[in-house]
Amino acid sequence: MTQSGGTELRLYRPRVSTWWWTRKRTYFVFVMRELSSIFVAWFVVFLLLFVFAVGRSEAAYQRFLDWASSPWVVVLNVVTLAFVLLHTVTWFAVTPQAMAVRVMDRTVPSFHIIAGQYTGLVVVSAFVLWLVTR
Amino acid sequence: MADSIRLRVSRYRPETDAGPHWQEYDVPLRKDWTVLDGLNHVKNEVDTTLSFRWSCRMGICGSCGMTIDGEPKLACGTFLSDYAPGPVPIEPLANFPVIRDLVVDLTDFMQKLPRVKPWIIPKEDHSNVEPDVEFLQTPGQLDAYQQFSACINCMLCYSACPVYGLDPEFIGPAAIALAERYDLDSRDVGNRQRLDVLIEHDGVWGCTFVGECTRVCPKHVDPASAIQRYKLKAALQTVKAFLLPRGAR
Repeated sequence: MTQSGGTELRLYRPRVSTWWWTRKRTYFVFVMRELSSIFVAWFVVFLLLFVFAVGRSEAAYQRFLDWASSPWVVVLNVVTLAFVLLHTVTWFAVTPQAMAVRVMDRTVPSFHIIAGQYTGLVVVSAFVLWLVTR
Repeated sequence: MADSIRLRVSRYRPETDAGPHWQEYDVPLRKDWTVLDGLNHVKNEVDTTLSFRWSCRMGICGSCGMTIDGEPKLACGTFLSDYAPGPVPIEPLANFPVIRDLVVDLTDFMQKLPRVKPWIIPKEDHSNVEPDVEFLQTPGQLDAYQQFSACINCMLCYSACPVYGLDPEFIGPAAIALAERYDLDSRDVGNRQRLDVLIEHDGVWGCTFVGECTRVCPKHVDPASAIQRYKLKAALQTVKAFLLPRGAR
């Protein structure tokens, strides 16, 4: 109920459904992007466990490898990889909106910022690959 | 092309209805007819009790925002032929209380907008300046804020924003975009005053960057960008307040 100019209005107030994020593809992708953070965190934990095992002993490293190759860990990691890729692609795509770079009084085009991120990703990945395979 | 198309319009008459229900109207389907033309045909020729807002018919006034086939759109910029063979579902803007049929209550936004001071706050008092004095800007200075000045307050962004739908306290996309518009203006020094408002719990931090506001904006304002840029400013301000002595902030 609201008063407006002396006339009482009986407003209809629609409620937002719990399942609002299934209504539209863009909402769904957003929720998946938010959910992907959990999987990013899992990869961090996995990496820490790996580094910890390597640092302890060769036997611990072997035990880690056995555990990491068990079917449920492999499935979990494949799902995690998919979510981490989604995380990367979606966040890279929205970065130009958050980072407005102006050079010589002109806004740098979104394409340059996104290309810069992918270049950075390739360089870092190549360095890591070189580091672990040399 | 068929010669008519069906509109499924959400009706709500507060004096008789407990909630909204659908009513269908057949309108002529012409290549140059928008949804607004269809609704005006209904209003003029079929059912005079149908209520909706409109004014300019050319995407400038921002009055005819409504939910067309589940998407917030300006009825004057949405062509009936894109929905052929129909029917075309037409509902009021989501996330707002409905007054009648397609007319929503915008009181909440009207109260929020002035809080961000969407006007130029000049460095010096200009009340005594001669009326013909110009405050010059370079094309670059204009370019810095021009995009955000295109907002027509049509409320499509509020309707698309799930954060606003779930938490009506959130100050919302258009208000923040307009705050950014004046912050980026070289003639304005009100940044700090606006930041003090937007750094509060119902300000920029409510936004989770769904980005739907930007996708539905008919004027390409990009409110999502304005909000993320504000978050950066707010974060930098917090870091500065923590690191720097009082005088240097």
